[in-house]
Amino acid sequence: MSEDEELPDLVGGSTRSSNSTAVSGGGDQNYVSPSPDQVLENVIENVLYFLTSRHDRNAASLVCKSWYHAEALTRSELFIGNCYSVSPCRVTNRFKLIKAIAIKGKPRFSDFSLLPPDWGAHFAPWLRAMAVSYRALEKVYLKRMCVSDEDLAIAAHSFPILKELVLVCCEGFGTDGLAIVARECRHIRVLELVDSDITDDEVDWISCFPDDVTCLESLIFDCVESPINFEALERLVARSPSLKKLRLNSYISIRQLYCLMIRAPQLTHLGTGSFSTLEIVAQGEQEPDYISAFAACKSLICLSGFKDINPEYLSAIYPVCGNLTSLNLSYANISAEQLKPVICQCHKLQTFWALDSVSDEGLQAVSAACKDLRELRVFPVEALEDAEGPVSEVGLLAISEGCRKLQSILYFCQRMTNAAVVAMSKNCPDLVVFRLCIMGRHRPDHVTGEPMDEGFGAIVKNCKKLTRLAVSGLLTDRAFNYIGQYGKLLRTLSVAFAGNTDLGLKYLLEGCPKLLKLEIRDSPFGDSALFAGLHHYYNMRFMWLSSCKVTRHGCEEVARQLPGLVVEVIALNEEDKETNEYVDTMYLYRSLDRPRADAPRMMVRPPLIVGKALYKYKAGLPLAGLKISRSPCGSMYLSS
Amino acid sequence: MERAAVYDSDLNLKATELRLGLPGRDESEKQSSRNNKRSSAEMENSCDKDEQESAPAPKAQVVGWPPVRSYRKNILQHQKNESDLSGIFVKVSMDGAPYLRKIDLKVYKNYQDLLKALENMFKCSIGVYSEREGYNGSEFAPTYEDKDGDWMLVGDVPWDMFITSCKRLRIMKGSEAKGLGCL
Repeated sequence: MSEDEELPDLVGGSTRSSNSTAVSGGGDQNYVSPSPDQVLENVIENVLYFLTSRHDRNAASLVCKSWYHAEALTRSELFIGNCYSVSPCRVTNRFKLIKAIAIKGKPRFSDFSLLPPDWGAHFAPWLRAMAVSYRALEKVYLKRMCVSDEDLAIAAHSFPILKELVLVCCEGFGTDGLAIVARECRHIRVLELVDSDITDDEVDWISCFPDDVTCLESLIFDCVESPINFEALERLVARSPSLKKLRLNSYISIRQLYCLMIRAPQLTHLGTGSFSTLEIVAQGEQEPDYISAFAACKSLICLSGFKDINPEYLSAIYPVCGNLTSLNLSYANISAEQLKPVICQCHKLQTFWALDSVSDEGLQAVSAACKDLRELRVFPVEALEDAEGPVSEVGLLAISEGCRKLQSILYFCQRMTNAAVVAMSKNCPDLVVFRLCIMGRHRPDHVTGEPMDEGFGAIVKNCKKLTRLAVSGLLTDRAFNYIGQYGKLLRTLSVAFAGNTDLGLKYLLEGCPKLLKLEIRDSPFGDSALFAGLHHYYNMRFMWLSSCKVTRHGCEEVARQLPGLVVEVIALNEEDKETNEYVDTMYLYRSLDRPRADAPRMMVRPPLIVGKALYKYKAGLPLAGLKISRSPCGSMYLSS
Repeated sequence: MERAAVYDSDLNLKATELRLGLPGRDESEKQSSRNNKRSSAEMENSCDKDEQESAPAPKAQVVGWPPVRSYRKNILQHQKNESDLSGIFVKVSMDGAPYLRKIDLKVYKNYQDLLKALENMFKCSIGVYSEREGYNGSEFAPTYEDKDGDWMLVGDVPWDMFITSCKRLRIMKGSEAKGLGCL
């Protein structure tokens, strides 16, 4: 790579200026020492080329203009944490060489029906921009975005070397779109559909993959709720020698799973589908030797699926248990007795997801066997406030005592005690993620009757690496005081039905310097708390407040003071409210561009986007004199 | 844990006081005083405030709570429905009848339902159950084989326990069943 050819004209003007230093003593008379600028550029390009972390690159780009441009020319992976924080064309103007892009759309609370449908987060505008500028795109990762079949078609046509397509919690497309991807993306290696809502267009998309040998390495479709052409799938697996990850949907029976497994013993990640007999089996027909199929998969380290498990078949997985690092039984409604013989063999397990049907006793078995456990998730069979809770503080305590290396926990339960949470904070100092969901709202420590303040306080105090926290149960402002006081590394916080006064939120906003994502619902925090975060909102990706005590006036005031924010106010009912009425939902996020024009035309009222003076790039300051305008789709915003 | 200084005069002792009854009830009183319109489900708390003894009525479900994704909820609901739909089929024999019948116990709500259906099916009269006397006085007495392989008189155990433990039914002649009723 000749320096002469590669050097872009960064400094404006000839890079070999007359300022170049004199020849070094002796040697070639024609040699001209490079200018300091040139050296700088070489270093930047050769160093930047190897910088992969976006945080490092962001830092490098802020040093000076030449570093900014050099970085922009060499960045190949892009991460957009909020699709509305920046416009697609601003991105394509800056970065020219993008090969991999990750875009996140809706806020997480949309998973729980707290956002109106058609709120936004459309992939289409991004696609339009990238179809022009990033034709060499290889990897697309989308989370909580609306993707249509047309989008998939356009992507397939625009990105001829697309290798990876990963759609997590997305919606808006169906098996029609999948068929297009299968047919058109000739280089696809990774096709992963995770927790997405995919309509059944009654298309046999599996048959659409080309007939010759594929380069598929990962095919994940366990969330696709439609029947699969099994023969076509079998042939596809047979002609995909590189396939390592395969996650089947619940339409695949255990017999069909057997057929696939014997064709693909090289699998490392397997999602087992229904794990039960779905077809009508002739009387006296021999059951396949499931155990030997599992025994043949010597590389299997990650097992999931079990979407409709027949527990009798669970023993078939014994041969792989000793190698498993990840086991997801979170759709398997099995008891402690059924779990024990499996889990006691899983010595290497690092990730374990289960249903609370395994009860405290099952968790005790986990604690005894899985000494290397890093991540545990316990989901409820019955996601109700007043259901019988088979897991409690007993299970949590057992886990904390047995699994000392625990880093991440998500635990749904009906009752809990501060003592168990405190114990976990001391036994598991490596905790990075602590998410406890006591399903009954405002439920206190069920032994002492106290709020859960002390438990969560201990977590933030003792777990010094904690970056993500979700709280629940009866909590007073004191809990938030603890979090503000000790949660110095906290980036993500989820709050529901907690706190007493504005102080709660104030403690958080004043105390947690690294807070990036804050989602709060049904808590008594009002305008004065909202204003306490003005110094910090530009450093955050977003803040969500729903069913709190924030008024329209408060939202407008924040927007007025922080022109770099978009403040969305989403109303759920008809009536025209006064500005001192509480808003249903406030969602604020920093943005470099105008408020979005795609806010939904709702039956009732479009979300009011209060905020964002016209932001002039480089001018930096908003223009004086805000006025209210209407965008074409009816949403209102303040602009200048 | 050291006590944090309290800045606000409102100590909110109510939140931390020990008391009987479900926590959170006072919250609904506080909420109603707020000038707020939120999902009505939360406001319409149907808890009966007077009860202490009986199990409280379940709280009205709140949107998006507990925070479990609908995808997951749907799968588990589907599993539940499947198991609900599967039915509990048991063979029914009657002394003297040439062939057996099969019925789905899940179809019936209680013993009365079941016995009436059996009477219809076999054109017999079974009569009324009494704890002391069994089906004494009836022409026929319904019995069943339980999980342990023992033959029991239909009606002794609660209905829910019965349908999960019953493996097959046999309608015995009243005269033969006499022994069972006198225990």
